[in-house]
Amino acid sequence: MAVQTRPEQTGGRPRIPAPRTPYVSRRGGNFELNSWLFMRGSGVLLLVLVFGHLFVNLMLGKGISAIDFAFVAGKWANPFWQVWDLAMLWLAELHGVNGLRTVINDYATNPTTRFALKTLLYFSALVVIVLGTLVIFTFDPCIDPHSTLAVCQNH
Amino acid sequence: MWSWVAHRITGILVFFFLFAHVVDTAMVRISPAAYNSAVDTYKNPVVGLMEVGLVAAVVYHALNGVRVLLVDFWSRGPRLQRQMSYGVVALWVLLMVPFAVRHLMNVFGG
Repeated sequence: MAVQTRPEQTGGRPRIPAPRTPYVSRRGGNFELNSWLFMRGSGVLLLVLVFGHLFVNLMLGKGISAIDFAFVAGKWANPFWQVWDLAMLWLAELHGVNGLRTVINDYATNPTTRFALKTLLYFSALVVIVLGTLVIFTFDPCIDPHSTLAVCQNH
Repeated sequence: MWSWVAHRITGILVFFFLFAHVVDTAMVRISPAAYNSAVDTYKNPVVGLMEVGLVAAVVYHALNGVRVLLVDFWSRGPRLQRQMSYGVVALWVLLMVPFAVRHLMNVFGG
């Protein structure tokens, strides 16, 4: 016979459910399960996006020494790299925010500290995602009068 | 446990870099000169070496992330997790050596 624990026996501490208590599924989804899955899904996509980004920008041609405005303009004149970088920006930032959220939950035990750190974290993520998205889509590769890009020849 | 620690440290490092990287790249929206002057501050041997460290962190985090996936979703993953840790380190060295050679050539080559 299962022994039932009554609240007055635990002195207000959280009760451990009696053995074989049936699992009651939560309503309204499971945020932690979804975020756990998101880390793995976004991780696989980022593997391709980030390795491709590093290879094209750092290994091909003259690598880092070739990076200047003309290099960025050459890439973002092409919708392929706009979409690539947009996907990488959103996935990397959300993956990173979710990771740091976990780190804060693990180490910041004081509720005020937790709240302050998470507020700062979410605010920084908002800045990065909004700023990055605006830059990718409002960028004008022809702002440089010396541009040799084909799209800028009729300007 | 140590691969878990390294995964956290490299993840935090890359997260902070991403913030700086988005802000510096946003300079392209201001003017070509603003972006070029921002990038020029990075074009020196000290930052060049830091970039090797950054890529080392990204590559480790990516490879160990694949190991985490295999431990979570592959039936033999949990039993082979230790061997996969050695695999992560081996693959990391294999990728980092050619990258470091190529990158440092670009950094120090003028």
